[in-house]
Amino acid sequence: MLLEAPFTEKKVRPLKVGNLVEISGIIFTGRDAVHKFLHEGGVPPVSLKDAIIYHCGPVVIQRNGRWTVVAAGPTTSIREEPYQAGIIEKFRIRGIIGKGGMGDKTLKACERFGCVYLHAIGGAAQVLAECVTEVRGVHLMEKFGSPEAIWEFSVRSFPAVVTMDSHGNSLHRDILQISQGKYQEIVSSHK
Amino acid sequence: MKNLKENLIELIRRTSAELPRDVVNALREGVEKEESGTNARYALDVIQKNIVLAMEKSQPLCQDTGSILFYVKVPAGFDQLAFEEAAREAVAESTAQGYLRQNSVDSITGANTGNNLGPGSPAFHFEQRKNPEADVRLILKGGGCENMGVQYSLPDGRIQADRDLDGVRKCILDAVLQAQGKGCGPGILGVGVGGDRATGYAHSKEQLLRALDDRNPDPVLAQLEEEMVEKGNDLGIGPMGFGGKTTVLGVKIGVLNRLPASYFVSVSYMCWAFRRQGFVLSNGGDIARWLY
Repeated sequence: MLLEAPFTEKKVRPLKVGNLVEISGIIFTGRDAVHKFLHEGGVPPVSLKDAIIYHCGPVVIQRNGRWTVVAAGPTTSIREEPYQAGIIEKFRIRGIIGKGGMGDKTLKACERFGCVYLHAIGGAAQVLAECVTEVRGVHLMEKFGSPEAIWEFSVRSFPAVVTMDSHGNSLHRDILQISQGKYQEIVSSHK
Repeated sequence: MKNLKENLIELIRRTSAELPRDVVNALREGVEKEESGTNARYALDVIQKNIVLAMEKSQPLCQDTGSILFYVKVPAGFDQLAFEEAAREAVAESTAQGYLRQNSVDSITGANTGNNLGPGSPAFHFEQRKNPEADVRLILKGGGCENMGVQYSLPDGRIQADRDLDGVRKCILDAVLQAQGKGCGPGILGVGVGGDRATGYAHSKEQLLRALDDRNPDPVLAQLEEEMVEKGNDLGIGPMGFGGKTTVLGVKIGVLNRLPASYFVSVSYMCWAFRRQGFVLSNGGDIARWLY
């Protein structure tokens, strides 16, 4: 399925857990420092309305005076669990790209305000960097350093799997339950 | 050792961009186990593509180039300070060239040093040995998987783990269960049984220097390692936590003696992007041969 800018609520509501999507448009990186900053009332240097935030600390170097993305896979999202729901509510972001999934608080905010969690393949920094067609800018670089800055990327056909949708479904919750059941089976068979 | 810095830059480049043979093979076997059309298979297919792309482009396999861990075995008289100096220069240069991300952050101020140098970075583990050649190994361990490491102090009431082999089993499986997809599985577990809190964790990381297809010389541990891979896969967590058959690529267990009062099981979780390379250094400082 294609998910193309502008990323409106109308476009993300039909997405369901298990859908493979290809994202095209402008996305913003934001990870630990940015989430804490926004949570504490920091004013974002870009508009996050109908935005997609990418949990990513890329490797970006300057070649011939231009920013070049050398590697850009997702970072573990669960660290932003204390902050994400509030940020979805306040700015009405529509998508979060990351890895590893997030918790109940975020899932509820996705349902209430219309947002989805898009799971990119962790570690696949080259495949995903190839989808970045342009570095449009960088914000808060001085304050947070390169990996923690807000990078503004144009992406084309960036692949991700919907693992939390806006209808209360979470693949991560399901897999946790299944694997907990398996664990109990295995350890009790040892006795 | 005049070429040492250049050789270490090549070690860093290769470690960042190329997975060792044993890991590539294990991932390829994983692809065959997952049914086509599943998200698990999709994840492993993307991983395959990424491995090839990183090698061809000579760029970081994963953007988190991680903790920079040098493991160096040296003959008597080897100048460790000169090695450290050359390694630090190589790290700074590799960062400028984009083989390493700017990954060293002041824990109090939050300032990024920008060149990967700082207290504790890179980390060096030296060990003296009789062999006249030096054995230099590098692991780049990402933060996502490092965060999934865990240390159990037995007995552990939560998972009902006692001070015996069955208790160790429960710890290992619980570590896989707790990690879910957050450590970029399919994962590899380095396990240290015994020691104190520091040596236990150090020992668990040292297990990651072993190739996935080696066999533990201790038959009890060899059997436990195989069993834990099988049971770990039975949990069904799958690649990236998407669900599937490939959850654990390897479990490597080492044992240290312990105090009567302590029984630690330390687990270091490694992601599928298991960046580990090494070389043997001749007397003159040249690369005699690559390891792995």
